[in-house]
Amino acid sequence: MTVGSSPSSVPTSIPRWARLAWFVPGFLLLLAVVCYPILRTIFLSFTHESLATGFQPEFAAFDNFARLAGDSRLRSSIGATAVFTLVSVSAEFLIGLLLALAANAMQRWRNALRVILLVPWTLPTAVIAVLWTWIFNDQFGALNALLIRAGILSSPVAWLAHPGTAMTAMIVADVWKTTPFVFLILVAGLQNIPHDLYEAIEIDGGGAWARFRHVTWPHLLPFVFVALIFRIVQAFAIFDLVWVMTGGGPGGSTETISVYTYQTYMRYLDFGYGASLAVATVVILAITAGLLYRLLVKKYESAL
Amino acid sequence: MKVLSKLFLVVCCAAAMAPVGWHAISSVKSPSEIALIPPTLLPREPTPVNYQELFRRRPVFRYYVNSLAIATMSSVVCVFSASLIAYRLARIRGRLRSVIRAALLAIAFFPPIIFLFPLFELVRHAGLVNHPWGLILTYAALNLPFAIWLLTGSFEQIPIELEEAAAIDGLTGLQTYRMVILPLAMPVVISASILVFIFSWNEFMFALTFMNMESQKTLTLGVATLSGAFAYEIPWGQIAAGVIVSAAPLVILVILFQRRIVAGLTAGSVK
Repeated sequence: MTVGSSPSSVPTSIPRWARLAWFVPGFLLLLAVVCYPILRTIFLSFTHESLATGFQPEFAAFDNFARLAGDSRLRSSIGATAVFTLVSVSAEFLIGLLLALAANAMQRWRNALRVILLVPWTLPTAVIAVLWTWIFNDQFGALNALLIRAGILSSPVAWLAHPGTAMTAMIVADVWKTTPFVFLILVAGLQNIPHDLYEAIEIDGGGAWARFRHVTWPHLLPFVFVALIFRIVQAFAIFDLVWVMTGGGPGGSTETISVYTYQTYMRYLDFGYGASLAVATVVILAITAGLLYRLLVKKYESAL
Repeated sequence: MKVLSKLFLVVCCAAAMAPVGWHAISSVKSPSEIALIPPTLLPREPTPVNYQELFRRRPVFRYYVNSLAIATMSSVVCVFSASLIAYRLARIRGRLRSVIRAALLAIAFFPPIIFLFPLFELVRHAGLVNHPWGLILTYAALNLPFAIWLLTGSFEQIPIELEEAAAIDGLTGLQTYRMVILPLAMPVVISASILVFIFSWNEFMFALTFMNMESQKTLTLGVATLSGAFAYEIPWGQIAAGVIVSAAPLVILVILFQRRIVAGLTAGSVK
């Protein structure tokens, strides 16, 4: 406290350096934890630095990127990542939208509903992976017991031991965890729509579908975009779920790009190539996000 | 239509609760009962034996303390530095501001794997492997864009006249921030703090890489790597107990703060 400072000495304009001081702690953090790693990754991607080079950096020009082009394991991991992202985000979006529409029509029980649905979203993905691994377990899993009792299966299935079912299991776990996120965003969007718009279309004699098509959907689009972009980015970068549930198996069929990059860095100790995989991940993600942005935002602008 | 949508909600709620409920039930079954095929629906004789074994074999209490310390500190460091930036950012107009906001959003969209290896190098050089600060600084920085984004939106709502009045009363910038701005924006500050706490509590990949000593692991890491620690049989009862142990604090957090969590999530995503 500056005791005794007279009212006439009020600092109406703070010096420039003092204004910048506010940014210092945060920018130092971002510099060390975000900017430096990005630059370091780009630098590493143009070097050979691995066990083979004795962990000394050697200039590699575009060697690593040439290697990317012919890497079948990368292609397979891009495929797995794409399937995982596409299927789980579509399912999350569809279920989340239906949930939001159903919940929005309700007056009571809203808080209870939110608490129940928030719980899966709040749990750590790695722990959820443990949880679902046990449910999908062939011997003691709840799913096999349930399906056999219902007469759908005659003998237990080793869900995590086959490529198709292992991917499905991962998608189920992801949908279970993250649909609530989509739901919450879309509910917020629905509550943002002015009520008189619905009244106007009812006067025009529109039914439920017309209401959805001409009022709900166009106004919901920005929220749809936010939900989708967040979910796509997260699903694309998925690591913990795969690592704990399948480890990328069986036979590499569920290995996502993040898992492959992690293995290249930490297991094969090939830092140069790992960095080029990381760069490739960002490039693919940026292109996807750009396309989605153009697709949805253009739609939104033309819908209004 | 009404009945159908209610039915859908009921089914989804059941689906949301069933897996955790199943683990809660299984965690109090005896090891012999848990191995029964088909499994029993309810435990014949509820027993705490799985929890006792889990706490005896693994330093679960340490995991708790580590997670609590790391998530709390990450949240404090993150929200504190974010609020300083957000306060200034909320008062800037024009291009610079939109450039900074766009840059922050872009950072938030980077896949975490990008940062993993260079950060591991840094952490190792700084001697912070198996040290909580390696994770605290990482989590604080990676959640910073989200926190800044959230807080800026809230600080903008505070009329600038309040600051001018504070300046006339002789308050310095820092005093205004502490005694005027922060109290007014408290709900959003709490939202941001809880969300960063949850994100840090839940993180797995960096914890897996930076913490290899049993005594330094976070709860999430400890529980997620439980099954790998047993060579012969996989003790599902203890794993179920582990899932419940790690879920419990988060469930309590959701029940206590669901309004603030939802507000933070939706405001942060929509602005």
